[in-house]
Amino acid sequence: MFRLSVVTPERIVYEEDVVSIIAPGDVGYLGIMSNHAPIITSMKPGKLSVKDGSGNEIKIAVSGGFMENSSNTCTILADSAEFADDIDLERARESLERAKQRVRNAAGEIDTPRAKEAYERAKNRLKVAKKK
Amino acid sequence: MATLRDILRRINSVKSTRQITKAMKMVAAAQLRKAQIQAEQSRPYAEKMSDMLGHLSAASTDKLSHPYFEKRDVKKQTLVLMTSDRGLCGAFNSNMIRRAEKWLSERDPEKTELVCVGRRGHLYFRKRQWTISEVYNDFNAEMKFTMVRGLVDYLTNRFVDGQTDEIYLLYTKFISTAKTIPTLEKYLNIDRPESEEGKAVGAYIFEPTPDAIFSNLLPRYALVRLQSALADSFASEHATRMMAMTLATNNAGEMIDALTLKYNKARQAAITTEILEVVGGAEALKA
Repeated sequence: MFRLSVVTPERIVYEEDVVSIIAPGDVGYLGIMSNHAPIITSMKPGKLSVKDGSGNEIKIAVSGGFMENSSNTCTILADSAEFADDIDLERARESLERAKQRVRNAAGEIDTPRAKEAYERAKNRLKVAKKK
Repeated sequence: MATLRDILRRINSVKSTRQITKAMKMVAAAQLRKAQIQAEQSRPYAEKMSDMLGHLSAASTDKLSHPYFEKRDVKKQTLVLMTSDRGLCGAFNSNMIRRAEKWLSERDPEKTELVCVGRRGHLYFRKRQWTISEVYNDFNAEMKFTMVRGLVDYLTNRFVDGQTDEIYLLYTKFISTAKTIPTLEKYLNIDRPESEEGKAVGAYIFEPTPDAIFSNLLPRYALVRLQSALADSFASEHATRMMAMTLATNNAGEMIDALTLKYNKARQAAITTEILEVVGGAEALKA
């Protein structure tokens, strides 16, 4: 068991002792269990799966950020994080549509990278929500 | 009786003032609740991020360089002054302005510039000898993400382009409704946290590379720090306004009590005089 905290700029999303996690690192998904070597990595949008003390699996959609693990404390600083169960499929679909629109409209403008990021985030939310 | 009517008029005017201050108090209280949650809940993220930055910096032995770390000879300093857009919030703005003026007066006006967040600070400083390089006065004590972003971009670009060599934030830190503290913090350059000796951080694994993480982490860190300073400032503003309005409402209440007493006394005196006149008249007829 080790301590996991998932924090976003808005609030602390999750803070519990957990058995293992699988996180979307920048260079690929990586698993963390107790006594993992100290690691700092940036993350890309993806699914964070957490196995908690009572064996439940919790899925959280995170949209990029950073993860640090050292001496059995794992901190995930995510730009945003949502429990898969809390995601409203309908609304997620709508926001994906909107993001698509924005990417199309912003083509060639300075906002393109930001629009693309928003699109990636929306896509990821939907993907994670569907798999629950 | 003119005085009687005058007193009545005073009472009514104080009553309507009290109604206004009471309403403003309620509004401030509602906004404070929102702002307080925002200020308090954004704090863990900022703290954890600063921890991570420290570990990262301590654990990576090779020299890391990033524009935000760059320490230059100080030719120009920028002060970001956070005041409110609207008044009626007690000593909130005057505290900020006093601190800013002190800071500025200790320096050469040629070597400083001001960035005003909030209308009040701008109104005060625009007629004085210091340069104001940019004004942001449409926040209205609410976190508007695009505006925060704009401010961060402005400050970081200015620093990276070498138009300023140090940026300081002057804002009011929110502790509780009754306690807010004026705070001056250095924003840029970021002093690279020195590796704390004795604290064995061990060999970290970095993915992908320390440099890549840094260049990802630092802009976000800059954003988060400014955001949490703003959140604090907004919460403090609402808190001081609420306190000021509570005081004003209480004072109005006291004033109404005093005036009502005065009114009653005057009324009684008038009645007494009238009776005396009637009695006097009757006595005169009898005689």
